[in-house]
Amino acid sequence: MQEADGHYKESLYNGRSDHDHQGETMRYIRPQSIEEAAGLLASAAGPAAILAGGSDLLVRMKGGFIEPELIVDIKAIAGLSEIKETADGFSIGAAVPCAVLGENAALKKAWPGVVEAAKLIGSKQVQGRCTIVGNLCNASPAADSVPALVAAGAKAVVAGPNGRRTIPVEAVPTGPGRTSLAKGEIIEAILLDKRAPNAGDAYQRFIPRTEMDIAVVSAGVNLTLGEAGAIKSARVALGAAAPTVLLVEEAAEVLVGSKLDEATLERLAKICAGACRPIDDKRGTIEFRRKVAGVLAKRVATTAYERAGGK
Amino acid sequence: MAGVAVSTTINGDHVEYLCQPDETLLDVLRDRLGLTGAKEGCGTGDCGACSVIVDNRLVCSCLVLGAEAEGRQIETIEGMAHGDQLHPLQQKFLEHAALQCGICTPGFLIAAKDLLEKNPSPTEEEIRFGLAGNLCRCTGYDKIVRAVQDAANVMKGA
Repeated sequence: MQEADGHYKESLYNGRSDHDHQGETMRYIRPQSIEEAAGLLASAAGPAAILAGGSDLLVRMKGGFIEPELIVDIKAIAGLSEIKETADGFSIGAAVPCAVLGENAALKKAWPGVVEAAKLIGSKQVQGRCTIVGNLCNASPAADSVPALVAAGAKAVVAGPNGRRTIPVEAVPTGPGRTSLAKGEIIEAILLDKRAPNAGDAYQRFIPRTEMDIAVVSAGVNLTLGEAGAIKSARVALGAAAPTVLLVEEAAEVLVGSKLDEATLERLAKICAGACRPIDDKRGTIEFRRKVAGVLAKRVATTAYERAGGK
Repeated sequence: MAGVAVSTTINGDHVEYLCQPDETLLDVLRDRLGLTGAKEGCGTGDCGACSVIVDNRLVCSCLVLGAEAEGRQIETIEGMAHGDQLHPLQQKFLEHAALQCGICTPGFLIAAKDLLEKNPSPTEEEIRFGLAGNLCRCTGYDKIVRAVQDAANVMKGA
């Protein structure tokens, strides 16, 4: 290693790179507190970007879609890289990589649907960096973790120059690539409720290959059962079926009171297919997406029901 | 030279460098530190040719900023062999001819090392899934999978 070490030192003193004439107007700052981060973002004169995992940001920078004047790396802020189990449930920090979600046994047991959705994002390399808050704020209609979070009734803790507010996850994306966050606001954490007994969630997507692709359509379902095994409460969310994630309340109403018999599943499929407002593109036609949304809703509801202890 | 001053550890060695805020860790490794083992295939996190391990996590160095390396522990392909002694994975890649053009090989080796450290006895499916973030356009993957299986056996016996 001596030789390599010598090489590093030489590089430090003599190393020049093509980069030295670039990036001179860009600033990279790693603040220690959320207040400092919010202040930096709020006072930025030009475009500013929040960096957690960077798996969307760096690709967009490389492609020239964004040229931030300021990059605020939030990973040094205390608590943002932790999953906390509280009396109310779980608080997942904004900088927690998705791989860490999959390694948290308590979270996996309580919210298997959220974890399985987060684990579908990208390769192992991307899993080591990508975050659910990044997935949410990238605001892609096809984001995998978002329908699962919406079905789970997850909330986002938003910190900004005027303090904190807690909003439902579905209030964050407002359209492809757009969010409701104001200048200077940062999502600090995602909150998941403490799990009721006899409850389960699940997520699935359709892709034309087996792994590592963008959802053509997806569905997340979260169910709580009553004592007799009938569904007491339900949330059904569809991804890649509209400009933003769809929370299909009519689908949830059909499920409540049922034991997920065949007729209920058929009604669920019909409602989900009808609720879609998908695009027609090379990955799927409108007709195909509608049909698959219904099929996935049935399958995902069945898995969630089994996980809740039904059947 | 204006830039971000970074102090980090690469393959066990303390390293300091200056880089631009928009410069990736891959560019720092290759262009400033002369560590050209990690390759730029796509530059967008799709191919895995630039794989390195940062604080025990496998990542694409093209999706990490050089400035983010501050205080981290980084492992690259250059740290895999001990002098002339190849890592069992490197030896088995040679024996199984698990490479042709070689561009993807450093990334595969690093990803396979990470895989076997976390799962010393992976099934074929686990190997294929674990290496799915690394693309190879030459071998058809079979020889790579066999080499990793063989290396896993050697490493378990060691």
